[in-house]
Amino acid sequence: MKSAYSDFMKALNDGKFVFTGEIEPKKTTRLEGIIGAAKTLKSHVVACNVTDNPRARAYLSSLVASYVIQKETGLETICHMTVRDRNRLALISDLLGASALGIRNVLVISGDHTTGGDNPGAMPVYDLDSTQFVQMVRGMVDRGIDLNGNAIEGEVRLHVGVVGNPNADPLEVEVCKVERKINAGAEFIQTQIVFDVDKAKRFVKELNSSVPILIGIFPCKSHRIAEFIVNKIPGIYVPREYIEGLKSAESFSNATESRNKIDTVNIDYFSELIKELKRTTRTAGIHIMTMGYESIVGKITDRVMEKVTR
Amino acid sequence: MIITKSKPKEVFLRSLEGFERVFIVGCGTCATLCQTGGEEEVDAVANLLGKRTCGKIVVETPCDIRVLRRDLSPHLDVVDAADVILALCCGSGAQAIGEFTGKIVIPGLDTLFVGETERIGRFYERCRACGDCIIHETGGICPIVRCAKGLLNGPCGGMANGKCEAGGHVRDCAWVMIYKRLEEQGIVERFKEIRKVRDRSKKAEPQELRMR
Repeated sequence: MKSAYSDFMKALNDGKFVFTGEIEPKKTTRLEGIIGAAKTLKSHVVACNVTDNPRARAYLSSLVASYVIQKETGLETICHMTVRDRNRLALISDLLGASALGIRNVLVISGDHTTGGDNPGAMPVYDLDSTQFVQMVRGMVDRGIDLNGNAIEGEVRLHVGVVGNPNADPLEVEVCKVERKINAGAEFIQTQIVFDVDKAKRFVKELNSSVPILIGIFPCKSHRIAEFIVNKIPGIYVPREYIEGLKSAESFSNATESRNKIDTVNIDYFSELIKELKRTTRTAGIHIMTMGYESIVGKITDRVMEKVTR
Repeated sequence: MIITKSKPKEVFLRSLEGFERVFIVGCGTCATLCQTGGEEEVDAVANLLGKRTCGKIVVETPCDIRVLRRDLSPHLDVVDAADVILALCCGSGAQAIGEFTGKIVIPGLDTLFVGETERIGRFYERCRACGDCIIHETGGICPIVRCAKGLLNGPCGGMANGKCEAGGHVRDCAWVMIYKRLEEQGIVERFKEIRKVRDRSKKAEPQELRMR
């Protein structure tokens, strides 16, 4: 096994069950938000993903945010890089910069299409696709060359991960695609959010690979957010009883009590899902997306780990 | 075929403001089939412009300088007297007209894509003229043009229920179509191959083909 440059990869190599969080920089020049979120996550996750213009919205740079989070809080990052906004020159440049600044993990994403974003007139770049990006990183890390074979001065110390979608239909096409990215040299997989444990189990089972898979989950802060997923993100099944659970938790007139109940719904639902995956599959960990609901992360991880050690 | 669409009337009328004598050139090939620059459309615009129309012609293929010379030469005195030429053809034809006549050319059409015709009025982009065709690897379906992201190793995470995220999950995902087609053809293992990065330099400069 190759040596690990990052704590995240070390934990995966050691066979530890890992948790990762996610921070979304916004359209802002202020850094307090991402630093605050990182501080909340820090003691509960081994690393946190930092998104790169999600939903094709032009936000604070993922590379800058990753650097700031690591420097200010010590929380390791997994820096997202989409192939939507930058051609190979810019991507190589950012990968060199990331390595130089001590960022050790990158996650490549195609990137939501520009026409659905907040500057829909933008040119979609897609000079490389995510598979080709992985190949490029392999060349940089393993052989010290860029995409065109030009030598790089100094070591490039990065791990590259890819995304998979257990909700995809047809799933066999998605599985082939993810296997292709693994063959290109991807070192870990983080998935799209899953609420349906059977879909996650099937995905892990069908993927013919030993590359670590982190299943993505998304505890919802309100039933409206869950409804939004149902209505706006096609293909993701959110069980009715989960949404109803959030709804009834929101019906408490006391705000604190209501918040606690919502937490309980999420802790119960997701800790059961995680335990089931841990028990029955080779899932290597859980990627918890929160979008401003970072406080739930520790509560879920505590519950899962507590049950395990009992 | 080169698919064209008429510019909205007010748009080209605005471009023609200040010009009194307008010579109209249509296209007897692609724009005729698209019903954007054939005899009927040239006549309609001539009527719209009324007395400002000083001449009109449908050139068989205005993008071919030789044909343009052949068809326009008998009318050169009228063309010379015109203030401007309104081109009802693709951008390539419009530029050839400008090159040949030296006149100001106003495009009356927008050139959209290289397309396939289902029936008149239903055209689909099928080729981006990328200069490096690989459709034998992809079940005869071009991912450069039919995948909204032009991915060579799709599908992306935006595929849901076999549909493409761009445009709101209405269009079929090209990579799901490719998978199914390769499966039908008994060569689905081709899907799993990694298609290498493209050499974009082929399209990074204006293209010329000089065979002799």
